[in-house]
Order: sequence, then structure tokens, then C-alpha cells
Amino acid sequence: MPNLIIDGKQVEVPAGTTIIQAADKLGIDIPRYCYHPALPVSGNCRICMVEIEKQPKLQIACYTPVADGMVVRTNSPKVLEAHKSVLEFLLVNHPVDCPVCDQAGECKLQDYYMEHGQYDSRLSDVKVRKEKKAFSIGPTVMLDQERCILCTRCVRFADTITKTSEFGVFSRGDHSQLDVYPGKQLDNSYSGNVVDICPVGALTDKDFRFKCRVWYLAQTKSVCPGCSMGCNITVEWDKSRPHQHKVARVMRLKPRHNPDVNDYWICDKGRYNYRFIDENRIHHPQLNNDLISWDQATCIMDSVIKPLYDSKRTNRIGVLASAQLTNEDIFVIRKFFKETLKGAQVDFRVPEKPGDSDGFLIKADKNPNTAGALSILQADADANQIVQKAKQGEIDVLYVFGHDLVRLFGKDVVEQIAKKVKLFVYQGSNVNDTCGYAHLNLPSSVYAEKDGTFTNGQKRVQRIWPAFLPLGESKGDWEIISLLSAKLGTPLAYQNSQEIFQDIAATLAPFSAMTYEKISDKGMILKEGIGSSK
Amino acid sequence: MSPQNKAIGNIDQKIINMEKIVSRHFGQENSHRLTHYLKDKGYEAARKALTQMTGPQVIDEVKRSNLRGLGGAGFPTGTKWSFIPQANPKPKYLVINGDEGEPGTFKDKYILEQDPHALLEGIIITCYAIGSHKAYIYIRGEYIKSLEIVQGAVDEAYKGKYLGKGIMGTGFDIDVVVHPGAGAYICGEETALLESLEGKKGFPRLKPPFPAVVGLFGCPTVINNVETIACVPPIINKGAEWFAKLGSEKNGGNRLFCVSGHVAKPGVYELPHGTTLREIIYDHAGGILNGRKLKAVIPGGISAPVLTPDQIDVKMDFDSLKSIGSMAGSGGIIVMDDTTDMVWAAMITARFFADESCGQCSPCREGSGWVYRNVKRLYHGHARPHDLNNLPGIVNNIGGNTICAFGDAVSMSVGSYVSKFRSEFEAKIKERVCQI
Repeated sequence: MPNLIIDGKQVEVPAGTTIIQAADKLGIDIPRYCYHPALPVSGNCRICMVEIEKQPKLQIACYTPVADGMVVRTNSPKVLEAHKSVLEFLLVNHPVDCPVCDQAGECKLQDYYMEHGQYDSRLSDVKVRKEKKAFSIGPTVMLDQERCILCTRCVRFADTITKTSEFGVFSRGDHSQLDVYPGKQLDNSYSGNVVDICPVGALTDKDFRFKCRVWYLAQTKSVCPGCSMGCNITVEWDKSRPHQHKVARVMRLKPRHNPDVNDYWICDKGRYNYRFIDENRIHHPQLNNDLISWDQATCIMDSVIKPLYDSKRTNRIGVLASAQLTNEDIFVIRKFFKETLKGAQVDFRVPEKPGDSDGFLIKADKNPNTAGALSILQADADANQIVQKAKQGEIDVLYVFGHDLVRLFGKDVVEQIAKKVKLFVYQGSNVNDTCGYAHLNLPSSVYAEKDGTFTNGQKRVQRIWPAFLPLGESKGDWEIISLLSAKLGTPLAYQNSQEIFQDIAATLAPFSAMTYEKISDKGMILKEGIGSSK
Repeated sequence: MSPQNKAIGNIDQKIINMEKIVSRHFGQENSHRLTHYLKDKGYEAARKALTQMTGPQVIDEVKRSNLRGLGGAGFPTGTKWSFIPQANPKPKYLVINGDEGEPGTFKDKYILEQDPHALLEGIIITCYAIGSHKAYIYIRGEYIKSLEIVQGAVDEAYKGKYLGKGIMGTGFDIDVVVHPGAGAYICGEETALLESLEGKKGFPRLKPPFPAVVGLFGCPTVINNVETIACVPPIINKGAEWFAKLGSEKNGGNRLFCVSGHVAKPGVYELPHGTTLREIIYDHAGGILNGRKLKAVIPGGISAPVLTPDQIDVKMDFDSLKSIGSMAGSGGIIVMDDTTDMVWAAMITARFFADESCGQCSPCREGSGWVYRNVKRLYHGHARPHDLNNLPGIVNNIGGNTICAFGDAVSMSVGSYVSKFRSEFEAKIKERVCQI
């Protein structure tokens, strides 16, 4: 393997590695516009120039392969001058309309100007104007040709990742402009990614435009709950303007790099699937239409469940758990309903129609934690049967986690259930048609408010972190179960989700040896033998 | 002077007496026809190569002849051919660069129109040498007449079994395709030409890999200028030593010099490498028009740095011109007399580059337009001293920092006007008017 020195630091990398990759490995930040690790190299921006000993000309770091004994400098006066001059060229015809640009604050022109530029303008001429400024090129993205630095990242993304080839660079010289091909629109399932990879404000997200300045945003690592792919994301929320919170906290979702899952990308469905976090939420526990306290809610549940528990008729309890819940939630459901209330019928596999899918990131199973639910809850009951029994009054309690039974089974069935069972509990984060029929509505928190783990379709256990506190009086799903369990006189010993996870790891072989620290932000694969207990 | 020579007019009697190679048929009636070409040992060199020589022998012969690429870069031709990896199982291609776009250059046009069979014979020999069975002739789109004549010659050659399957009774197959360009100067850059030939936008490629390894359609490819390939049949006919002796050291043979501008007899002149620029201007091209004084001369197409009158004793070969900071380039000599406004000349040069920059990489894309607008302002008397002071720095930042040599051309050519004629630029600022 070639051994080289970059800025005095030695590094050994496989043959064929480029200088920029070797520098990234060392944590040396070489400026870049056109280079993107997931796209083919185009070498057109010329800002990543470095000095290589014994080579007269500067070379671009993104294209030059390393060689054994190479001595590279990324900060010599000659290199810094080259960075500055490329930046100057890129800004010659750039409108510098930062005050009205959405990219401001996360713009590489701004960043590199502060790091490598800081020169006085030498331009005395009128800038070249281009045709399209703030122009819609599809359902999700706006194009500003004047801000574009023609790095062609978006072109290469559409050519090689989605293979839809919507973009082209038209015309020549400093009149070159980025556009979609005539008659085409940027309308594919991954269109939003071009906004992420655009290093400047040329491609902006219609959904995010003018909503929030990026310096107001806090970032919390999470995992997309939209399907079983479990794409790694960052939840970006407004941290410093609490007066805005009544409107919305989450401003946007961004993909988070994980080479083993989603690389740098997420689909548009996942990207724009965040409004439910702030909208249409259940804020308070409700008995029919009356707001009640958590204490009242647990008392009501206890009054129905306690006699069944005492008389060992727990088989008259039906639970529809959900693969939308975290492993920790599901484990507590298992603890309470399958161990404390031994005999209760628990299943999570409601009859959902498979959704759309492609060969890339979009999976037909729209639940983020089916693999986790399967490995924690032994499937010894059947959701359809539970619903049928409830309909016929063969059970007394139906406890539903988040499912919209009206959509799944029809209005008539749910009406019947509400009449036949003694207690019909709906525990979920958002209002749906089933809420109107449930006797008791319990507000639970959404994934962005939870600490926990999901297990994706690859059987990869991945962490989610709470971005902010649960909205209103909502609580984590496992906390609500804990309240109920304590009321019943069988308290669970968990203070937080980490303790639950430790118990999972101690109880279930596939999770053994896993800890939150080890899972970290890249995830860990479940061990073979899914669902087997120790 | 024969009547035929009168027809193109500008070929001096003195040159006619010299040994001519590439231009030997110029000005003769029907010189583009196969019958005419066959009269003068036509296709004998190809027959000799195909029947008596091996590929490596041909390459060796061309190497020893010191033939260098006459499109502008001056790379040794035989060496270029020897880079083709023969073990590579992919097809090999020969591409002829006839995208003659360098302002001041009009020599390939003469070969294409007056002696296309010399090019075709050169193609046959070259393809045989490098193991290729397909050649593309990429001709500048504006050269409509050239395209027609070359296509006619190709058709004739197919009919006469000089192209196609088993040519001239040998077992060698070769196909030749004539392809018109679409008008971009950058498509004369060899890798942009390949992109264009593949049907893409003419953007130069990152190098390495060089075309000899990954060229047209990803296959090993030799790209040579029209004039270079037209030199190959005489080398095979008369031998490498004869050819090498004609030129100067390491620059074999003659070359076609295109003289234009303020001279009495502009035109194409075939002269040995190493002829001095003074000889070309004063002895062959008839001196400066109307007896005026020489002010400046571009020795090798618009990309070459401009020379001043005290530099014209330079020998016109690749190495000598390089040593005085200019370049032999495409052999386009543009002569400017003392009535020329050098700021205007710089502006025209800058405008050409701003117009023709392909726009792929940022220093050239943004820089060439910026330089043009800067010089334009200087020319019109609207500039301030800092505009002139900034200009050398701006052009320097373009050169050496781009994907292809276009950026260097902008930098060197425009830069040379500023450094050699700075007083004229300063005068524009002081007087705030346009002088001429």
C-alpha cells in the first residue's frame, strides 16, 4: 500500500486512492466544490489544488492518485494562492445575493471565502446575467442559474445515482448555464438530494425556502421512520426561536451519511415526511371527548385490567403493537403484556398493503422496525384474530398502538369493537379515524422525541435520539406502559431507554453484546437466530 | 510559374524551386482526384508499407524521421504511435484532427481540398502501423467544401480498393469515416474532439489516461493532425533519413506556414523547419504591406505569445520558439504593422477566447470573459490604472490551473500583449480615448 506524507503527516492508503481521499482520512480539509465522494470525479472546479513535491504544476487532489513516497502540501503559499484565485473566478459572475439566499450559512462560497478568500474585489465590470433566477424545475426544487458555479454535482447525481439524467449544462464559456433538458422536469423519487449536494444556493428546496435561516437550526441524529430501509437522517429543528414552536419545531430532514445503509441519500417521501411531528397531534389523554389527566387515565385502565389480572383471565386482553415503535417500546410491551399479564394476545402484524418500492432505498414495508418487532415479540397471536374476537366481544380490552383500524378493517368493524369490548385504548401520537371510536386516547411521543433503537430490514439496530421534549402531555410509549404497570402494582424497573436496552441485550441473544455506545451512529447487525431467548 | 500555380497565386517562385512534400500537388488541376494522385506514385508508399514492412518497422521509420505533430503541440509522431498498447484486445482507432480552428491557420484546408488522397494514404499507413482498422476524419464544420472533397476522395478510394476490405490485394481491412464538426474551437483539443465524435458536448477530458490508452469509445486511439499524416507517405517512399535531413535538429521535414496580416503576399508556404521568421516574412511573403514597418508578429496561431520585431530572427521550429517564450503552434503567422493598435489586437484575442472557452472548468470559464471585458474597457478608454495592474495577475491565475491547454493559451497570449506593449495600454488610460 502506498505510503505518503500530506502536510507532514504520514498516511498509508490502498493504491488507487486519490489525494483528497487520503487527506480526508487524515482529517485534512482540502476545499472542494465539484468533488463528491459518491459521484464520479469531474475535476472542473479546480479549487482542490495541492502541491506535490517534484511536480512543477499544482495538481487537483480529487483526481490525482497517491503514489508511494509522495509528499503533498495543501497549505503552501502557492496552494493558498490557487485556492484564492479559483474562488475569485467563481465569484466573478456570482450575484453575491446572500441576504436573500436560502443557502446562506451553509454555502461553500461563503465558507471558503472566509477560509481561503478574504481578498478585495478586483472586478470593475458588470456581471454576466443568466436567464433563470428562482425558477421552478420540478415539484420540489428551485433553480437559480446565477448562483450556480457549474460544478455539475447535480448533473452527475441524475446521471449516475437516479439514472434519470434531467440536468445538463447548456451554452458555452461564462454564458454556460445549468438547466433541465427541454420538456423535462426534475421529478424523481430522490430529487431533494440535489439540494443537499449543491454546494451553493443554485438548487434550493421549495419546502424549506424562506422558512428558517440555517443558523437557527439544531441537528439531532435520527433514523427515517418511513420504511424498513432505515435511512440515517438528521432532524433539523428550530432551537432558538421558541415563539415559533407553536407553529412547528422541525424545519427539515437531511440525509446522514452511512455507507452501509443509505450512503448520502434519502428519498423524497422520507425527506418531506416530518409534518406529523408537529401537526395533528394528540396533546392530552382523553376519555371519549373529555380531557383527563394521566392519573385518571391509568386508573381507568387499571379498573378494567386489574380484575382480569387477578382472576387470571388475561387472555381477554388483546394488544395490537406496532412496528413503528422502537425496540425499547416493544420490549416493554412484551414485558408487561406477555410476562406480567401472561396470556394476553399480542401481535403487531396488522394486514397492511405493501407500499411502493424500488431497487434502491424505498422498501415496500413502510415500518421502520419490523425486524426488531419480530425479534422481540414471538408471533404467537394473530392480529386478524384479535380484531375478530374484539368485534365479537370475546375479549374485554383492546389496546391499539398507533394503527388506524378504520383504514385497515373498515368503519363497521371498529364501531362493533367500540360497542363490544369493555375498554378500547388507542395509544398514538397523531389523530386518526380510530381515535373517534376508542374509549381512551393516550398521547404518545413521535420518533423525533424518543430515545431508542430501530432494527431495519438489513437487521441493523440503529439509534435514534430525542431532538426535543414530547409535545403537550404526550409520553414515550414505554413510559405509558410503565405507568400502567406501576398502577397495577407490578412496577417495571426502567428509568430510561438505555436501561431497557441493557435488559434487551441481556435477555435476547440476537442483541447480546450490544450497547448504545457500540451501536453509536452507524448501527450494529443483529446476530443470527432471530427471536430466540437466552 | 505554371498556370496552375498562378491559380492559387501566392506561392513564390523561390519556394517552387525548393523540395516540396505536402504541397507538391497544390495548385495542379484536379489534384484532388484519384487519377491525378496515382500519376505521381500514388498509394505506392501504402503498398510498400503493407507488403514489405511490419507495423513496428513503420513506427520506427517515422520515429527516425523526426516527424512531429503539426497540429500545434509538436509531439514526436512515431513515439505517440508506439504508446498504443498492442496487447489490448479492444479495437484501435486513428482519428484525424481536421478541426482547423486556430485563428491564423489555414493549411489543413489546402491539404483536404487539394490533396486528400495524400491524407488517405497516410491514414492507411498509420492504421497499419498501429493495428487499427478504422479511421475517423474530423473536419471543421465550416469547411463545407473540404468535407465534400474529402468525402469524394474517400468514395473514390473505396471504389479503387484503396479502402475497404482487403485493400490493394493485401489482407488489410480499413474503413474511413468523414465526420463534420459543429463549430466549437475547443473540439480541436484532442480529447474534446473525441467527446464530440462520440456525440457529446465538446469538453476536454481529464488526463491521464491519455487517448493512446483510453481514447475514442474507450479504446486505444491515435489522434494526429491532417498535415502530420500527409507527411507519412513521403517518409515511407523516400526514407526517414531524407525527411529528417530536410528540417532542423529534432524537427524533421518541412511544414506549411500560413502567413496572414499586413504582408504583401499572404498565403501558405511550405518551408523547412528552422527557416527564420524574418525569411518567411520578408523573403517569401513579400515583406510588410505598403513598405510599412513591422510592429508585432504572432508566430504560431493566436494562442502563441506575440513577438516583437527584434525577435524575428528566431528559427521557426518547436524548440527554438519555445526557448524564446513563444510557440510554433499551428504554423499560423499573423503579421502586424505599425498601424496596429496592440490593445485592439489584445482585445480581439481575448474576445476570441472568451467566446470559445468551453465553460467546463472555472478559471477559464469565468476568467476568459473577465479578461476580455477588462481589455475591452482598456481599449475604449474606460479603464483605471488598477485595471491594467490587475490584468497580468488575472491571466496568470488562469494559466496552469485548467483541464486543458486552452487556459494556458489565454494566459500566454493576452499576457504577452500586456507585457510587451504595456506603454500602449498605459496610454489608453492616460488619454482615455481610443487612438486608432
